[in-house]
Amino acid sequence: MTSTSENPRLALDPHVDLGGGGVAATAAAPSRRRRPQGNGGWRMRLEIAALAGPALVVFVLFVIFPVILAAYYGFFSWAGYGPATDFVGLRNYVTILQDPTFIEALKHNVMIAVLSLVVQGPIAIGLALLLNRKMRGQSVIRVLIFVPYVISEVAVGLGWSLMLQSGGAANGLLEKVGLGDLRQDWLSNPSLAIWSLLVIITWKYVGFAVILFLAGLQGIPEELSEAASIDGASYWQVQRLIVLPLLGPTIRIWAFLSIIGSFQLFDLVYIIWGQYIASTAGTSTMATYMVVNGRNAGSYGYGNAVAVVMFLISLGIALLYQRFLLRRDTQGAISGDKI
Amino acid sequence: MAVALDTRPRRRKTSGPVIYFIALVLIAVMLVPVAYVILGGFRTNSEITVDPAGLPSTWNLSHYGDVLSSEVFWREVANSLITAVVTTFFVVALGLMASFVLARYSFRGRGFMYALFSAGLMFPLAVAITPLYILVRTLGLMNSLGGVIVPQIAFALPLTIIILVPFLQAIPRELQEAAAIDGCSRIGFFWRMVIPLSKPGVITVAILAFIQSWNSYILPLFILNNEASYTLPLGVQAFASQYSVDTAKVLAFTSLSMIPALVFFSLFERRIVGGLTGAVKG
Repeated sequence: MTSTSENPRLALDPHVDLGGGGVAATAAAPSRRRRPQGNGGWRMRLEIAALAGPALVVFVLFVIFPVILAAYYGFFSWAGYGPATDFVGLRNYVTILQDPTFIEALKHNVMIAVLSLVVQGPIAIGLALLLNRKMRGQSVIRVLIFVPYVISEVAVGLGWSLMLQSGGAANGLLEKVGLGDLRQDWLSNPSLAIWSLLVIITWKYVGFAVILFLAGLQGIPEELSEAASIDGASYWQVQRLIVLPLLGPTIRIWAFLSIIGSFQLFDLVYIIWGQYIASTAGTSTMATYMVVNGRNAGSYGYGNAVAVVMFLISLGIALLYQRFLLRRDTQGAISGDKI
Repeated sequence: MAVALDTRPRRRKTSGPVIYFIALVLIAVMLVPVAYVILGGFRTNSEITVDPAGLPSTWNLSHYGDVLSSEVFWREVANSLITAVVTTFFVVALGLMASFVLARYSFRGRGFMYALFSAGLMFPLAVAITPLYILVRTLGLMNSLGGVIVPQIAFALPLTIIILVPFLQAIPRELQEAAAIDGCSRIGFFWRMVIPLSKPGVITVAILAFIQSWNSYILPLFILNNEASYTLPLGVQAFASQYSVDTAKVLAFTSLSMIPALVFFSLFERRIVGGLTGAVKG
C-alpha cells in the first residue's frame, strides 16, 4: 500500500518540469511516432513506470499471482495450514470432472449464461433506446431503473427469498388475485428454482447492461441520426440501421462480461439457497461447488483445483469469444502498437 | 424489442403516452421487490405471516428505530464506507494513470500490457477467491479492511482501464500539441487537461467501483471472520440468521443497508448523465 500511495503524488505533481520528449506520438497514430530526443527516452520510460507501475504491481500480485498459486496447490491434498506436502498429481482434477454434482453445476452455469444473454440483451437495448429519448422525468426513470443494480446481492437475495418462499408475498399475491392454484414452492422445487434464479438475475443485472448501452449510445454522434431522419428515415429505421450497428462494440463487450459473470455466479445462489440446498434445488454453480467442497469442507487443495478448472473454462470461453467476436473492437487499441 | 417498436409512431424528441405507460410498468417491476423490503420493515411479524403481500396497516416504526439505535449497524456502515471510499479512490487514481499510459504513450510492450489488463476481465473475484484467501492470510491481512480493499482495487482495474482507455484516446491530438507548444509537459498535460476532460469517464468508473465494493460479498465472507470487522452485506446476513423469526426487523435492517448506496448513486447519476451528454468528442 505505501508504494502505491507515494507514486501517484510523484506522478501527479503538476510542477514537475520534464521538458525533453514533448508530445510523443499517441496511441491513435503510431505511424507518425516521433523519436524522442536526448534524455526524453528515459524520461518517457520513467513516466511510464511511475504511472503504470502501481496498477501493474497491484494487478499482478492480486489477480495473476493467485491463479498461479491455485495451479500449484491444486496438485496437493491440503487442509489449508502448514506447507502442502501431500502431492496427489492430477487426482483432484479427475475427481472434479467425474463428480456428477460438478457437472450439474457446470450445466447450470451454461444455462444461466445463455439465458442471461437472450433475456437481458433485448430488454436492455430497448430500455437504453427508451431512456436515450428526451422525455419528462427521464432522470428519475434512469435512477429507478438502476436501483436493483445498486442494491447489494445480500439484500436482493434476502428480499427475494422472503418473497418467494412458500408462505411469502409471491404466493400471497397470487391468492389475493384469485390465482391461488398457481401457488408454487418457487425456491425449492427443482424444476422451478433455476427459473426463479434467472428472474432474479435479470431483475438485478439488467440495469448494468442499460448503463453500458446508454454510455455507448452517447458516443454515437447525433448528426448521423439527424441526417438520416432528414432523409426521411423513421425513428425505428434510424435505430435499426444506424444506432444498433454502431452500438455493436458495446453490445459485444457487455455480452462478454455477462457470459463471464454467469460462469462465476456465486453470491445470489449462496445467499438464497445457502450452502446445502443449492444442489438439491438445482441452482448450484461452479463457484458454490468450489466454496462448499473447498473452504467449507476444509479441502483447500481441492478448492484450488476447482478454481483452476473454472479459470480454464473462462479462459477457453474468453479466447473463443475474442477470436470470433471481440477482436474487431479491441483491434484498434491493441494492434496500434505492432512493432 | 417491443419497447423500441412502440416508439416508432412518434416523431423524434416527443414522447407519447405509450412510452410513459411502458416506463411506468418498468419502474413498477423494478421497484416492487424493493418496496416489499422497505414496507415490510414497517409491518409487524404477525401481519407478515397472515398476509405476506399486504401493505402495513399501521406504520410501525419500532423496527427501524431498533436498527438505527444499534451500535452494530453503525459500525458496519462505517466499515463498508471506509472500504468503499478507499477502494474507489485508488481504483480511479491507479486506473487513470495506467490508462493514460496505455492511451497516449507509444512503447514496446504496450499491447501486452493492455492485453494483460483485459485478461483480468476473464476472472472476477469468485474464481480466484480460494487462492486469494491464502495470499491475504499469508500477508497477515485477515480480519482487516485492508485485506478486502487491496484485492478489490486489483480486481476493479481491468474494467476501469477498458472504460478509460478509449476515453483518453478520444482526447484530440491537437489539444496535446497545443499544450506542448504552450510548454506543457506530458505529465502537465495529464494533470491539467486529461483529468478534467476525462471526468465523465472517471465518474462512471468511480460509481462502478464504489457500488461493487459496497455490495461485495464473497471477499469479505472469506477475509472478515471477526464480527467487529464485518461490512454491511455480512452484517445483514448475520442479522438475518440471528433474527430469522423476526422477519420485519430483518427487512428493516436490510432496507437501511441499501440506503447509502442508493443515495450515493442517485446523487451522482445526474452527473453521469450530464457528463456523458457533454462527453469529449473524438
